[in-house]
Amino acid sequence: MNYLHLVITGLTGLLLFLGSVDMPNTGDPTSAPAVHVSPRYIEDSLEETAVPNMVTAVLADYRGFDTLGEAAVVFTGAMAVLLILRTKREEP
Amino acid sequence: MKEMATSTIVRVVCRRLVPFVQIFGLYVIMHGHSSPGGGFQGGVILASSFMLLVLCDGLEAVQQKFSVALVSVATSAGVLLYAGVGILCLLLGANYLDYSVLPGAEPRSLGMLVIEVGVGITVTGALVSIFSDLLSFE
Amino acid sequence: MLEFIIGHFNNATYIMLMMVGFYAMTGKTNLVKKLVGMNIFQWSIILFVVSLSAKRAATIPIVLGSHSPGGPAHLDASNYVNPLPHVLMLTAIVVGVATTGVALALLLRIYKRYGTLEEDELLKRIRSSG
Repeated sequence: MNYLHLVITGLTGLLLFLGSVDMPNTGDPTSAPAVHVSPRYIEDSLEETAVPNMVTAVLADYRGFDTLGEAAVVFTGAMAVLLILRTKREEP
Repeated sequence: MKEMATSTIVRVVCRRLVPFVQIFGLYVIMHGHSSPGGGFQGGVILASSFMLLVLCDGLEAVQQKFSVALVSVATSAGVLLYAGVGILCLLLGANYLDYSVLPGAEPRSLGMLVIEVGVGITVTGALVSIFSDLLSFE
Repeated sequence: MLEFIIGHFNNATYIMLMMVGFYAMTGKTNLVKKLVGMNIFQWSIILFVVSLSAKRAATIPIVLGSHSPGGPAHLDASNYVNPLPHVLMLTAIVVGVATTGVALALLLRIYKRYGTLEEDELLKRIRSSG
């Protein structure tokens, strides 16, 4: 049991919680994330894209560039594992 | 896990379950439009079906059917499909990844379907590639 | 006071989970345990951001009955949960998978080269082998 690390962890948790008391209540429909950008996505996604799933419409159509970068990240992860782990077999 | 599994239950159950898991993975990719799902989720389910096959049959037997080169090609082909749809939109006169110029009755829905399939293929190939690399390292 | 507790208890839960992951990352000496701690830390942040999208008396962000003739005429934004945090966290989950894969590959290489995964033993072997 590492007591110094426990104390540091407890202090960090306390500071984080004190920093989060000013956030709006959970489930508040008038909080800032629910009022600024998302009403436009919710109300206009079905008529503009004809796709009922709003999450897929935002992911693949309105924010399609981020998903392209995302696919590149997955590809890069697989290539990094390949570079680290595959070694050239010595010719017998 | 490199050779065939020795327990009878593992061999029988995994072999029977793999087609159902694959059909479910393809269903989740294709129905990303009207139910929760999409490219990433369906790609992971499809990759887990290949891992189940490795669990029951051994890595050598699976690599004879799905070779290392095929998996690498699949990983790259998905990203190429995604970027290719964007370039096709560019060639048809609109901005990059602007689906409204594609042919069809609902062009944005068609563009979304093609890129979700591309993302699904990439995620499947990447996860199977990572898994087989981690397994065959000695 | 009760309203404060009801409105903020999910913050406290996710911060506790985050601190479990933080303690595992800093307080343990085995490299695999540090990796698991990093994973717990990352998942607690993802769950916390998804919980910011909740709305009272709202349903999932999928429009039902849109393919029948005379579907829903006008969608009201207060009936559906905010879809943006879900979208952003999808990217974060996949980045986490790629990071965990690369970290496991590095751990395999370290084990093959030095023969141990304990941090203090590893430092001794690195210093003595040059």
